[in-house]
Amino acid sequence: MCAHSVSSPLPAAPARPLRDALERLEAAFDRWFGAHANPLRHLGALGFFLFWIVVASGVYVYALYDTSVAGAYASVQGLSQNQPWAGGLMRSLHRYASDAFVLVVVLHIACELVRGRYTGFRWFTWVSGVPLLWLALGSGVIGFWLVWDDVAQFSAAATLEWLDALGLFGEPLARNVLTADSVDDRFFSLLAFLHIGLPLLLLLGMWVHIQRLSRPDTQPQRTLGWGTLAALVVLSLAAPVVSQAPADLARAPQVLALDWFYLAPHVLMYETSAATLWIVAAAVTLLLAACPALPHAPRAAVAVVDPANCNGCSRCFADCPYGAITMDAHPDARVGARMAVVAPELCAGCGICAGACPSATPFRSIRELASGIDMPQLTIGALRERLRSELARLRGATRVVVFGCDHGADVRGLQDGNTAAMSLLCAGQLPPAFVEYALRRGADGVLVVACAEDGCAFRQGERWTEERLRGQREPYLRERVPARAWRLVKAGRQDAGRVREELASLRAGLRAGTHDRGAMHA
Amino acid sequence: MPKPLALAGQAVLYALFAATIGWFSFHPRYQHLAPDQALLKLSFSHPGQLREACRTRSAEELAKLPPNMRQPLDCPRERSPVTVELTLDGAVVARDVVPPTGVARDGPSTLYARFAVPAGEHRLAVRINDSVREPGFIYTREEAVQLAPGRILVVDFDPGKGGILFQ
Repeated sequence: MCAHSVSSPLPAAPARPLRDALERLEAAFDRWFGAHANPLRHLGALGFFLFWIVVASGVYVYALYDTSVAGAYASVQGLSQNQPWAGGLMRSLHRYASDAFVLVVVLHIACELVRGRYTGFRWFTWVSGVPLLWLALGSGVIGFWLVWDDVAQFSAAATLEWLDALGLFGEPLARNVLTADSVDDRFFSLLAFLHIGLPLLLLLGMWVHIQRLSRPDTQPQRTLGWGTLAALVVLSLAAPVVSQAPADLARAPQVLALDWFYLAPHVLMYETSAATLWIVAAAVTLLLAACPALPHAPRAAVAVVDPANCNGCSRCFADCPYGAITMDAHPDARVGARMAVVAPELCAGCGICAGACPSATPFRSIRELASGIDMPQLTIGALRERLRSELARLRGATRVVVFGCDHGADVRGLQDGNTAAMSLLCAGQLPPAFVEYALRRGADGVLVVACAEDGCAFRQGERWTEERLRGQREPYLRERVPARAWRLVKAGRQDAGRVREELASLRAGLRAGTHDRGAMHA
Repeated sequence: MPKPLALAGQAVLYALFAATIGWFSFHPRYQHLAPDQALLKLSFSHPGQLREACRTRSAEELAKLPPNMRQPLDCPRERSPVTVELTLDGAVVARDVVPPTGVARDGPSTLYARFAVPAGEHRLAVRINDSVREPGFIYTREEAVQLAPGRILVVDFDPGKGGILFQ
């Protein structure tokens, strides 16, 4: 006997063991931080947060910066020496938050790669993130030059020598930092302009990067934000950033305390060659940009709107995690009537829209249940038919229907004589009325298994499912459905054991309170 | 997980996060130049002399030209490459023929090269030829230089400022 599952698999994950390891790590972090404040689940939001710390601290530092050859070094070092609790702290925070930004961005890329979230409908979000790496590194590297110390001198020469290796410039750019006479005040004005302009471009790019997401996660939960800020402040106070020796173009710095988050490419260049660094940089960029073209699972079928059953309520429009649905005039030409329209290139095929549709209730008396918006690979009508046939099959004292998610804990192994396990495209595909329907049609209990908290493969499925079942979001599960007859579990793929425990616990509760069930069976 | 234990776990992970940032922000140290080395930078941006000498146009040639283009001298645009040789204690460190830039090869010849050399006293010789019409080296400078560890000695070339410059 097998459980029902007709959805497409996840996009091809490059390394299943890595993905398992990541999910175990996320689960461990959940225990310490809670899912909402788990940094591994909110790396993008953390990146935005760090960006704003860098901006805020940078405004203070820039206000006191002297854009001149003679004053640049002294003005920055003066922040640390003359006002350690204000300027010094801001300077350190600016540096460490920038470093943390790189770390978080690299982790963000690595995690999304491991999760396989770079193909199909996600291609635009992925590809638009690639140029951000160059902008982030460019912004940071130029920031080091502004300090005009040993590291600045080293980085400026290294960067300009690297650019010269392209052979595109008539006069070598490195001649701009050849001797003390080569550097003038206008050089520092240019650097300040670039150090402000590139981050502005980066911000624009970050905005583009999240355009295909509705309700993008750009603000970390409060405790995560405060925790991160506190860690950076403590670090800034414990190890304040100070300048190294002033730049001297007649003297080469021999041993350097480099910031490896931004300046590691310089070392690669001097240990190999400028050409090697160009090859590595180009290869990394192209490989990242080409990720969406890597072999992957066929794209899931997209949502389809049935005008005859769409009443223009906009719930699917409100719940779509990828902004794939817009509302347009209804073709039946009733004045003011609207209808959902799906943009196929944006649709993830998750079915969350079908779960939001009021016409997806299984209590409708029409022979073939049709929803206003539906998934061709698992229609609401087919789901009702399967539920009916499973309910007819169930025997035993506590008959339980389990609705699972293809991307969360695997529920198919729960199928047995008194348990019907049905795996959906996403838990968010389940119209809440199906819970009541299952109970009225013979089930004693219903277990809904969604992805781990904040771990939905389609961003918001587990959240919408919970809110709908708890009566906080339309369509509601009716209040008359007894709470002890159903249960929601949020469980990742590693949590199959916990799902079994919850199922056993639900059964035990059902055995202990049979009077509630009677009302539902009526 | 009990709250105190979860808070302790958070504290440890935030500390690890801060320690990672703090460490890689300054460590490990990078030895860019060995303690007993100095740096020689050979760089110039110099337009070589015209590859071919200017020629005086005859009266007949001038008459064929439009009145506004009757320049007495006909000067081809292409410039000579600049040949440079740098020796240290008699050993050739660099020898290059630097072509003029530009599509018409009428721009300056530009060069930027860096060499790590042992610190100490050396005999530095630089020879330059910026005209294919003259054999051998036109500009030469040779002298003893004292290179302290970490010193950067820039060798530039600007005939307007005295030819080969040691800075």
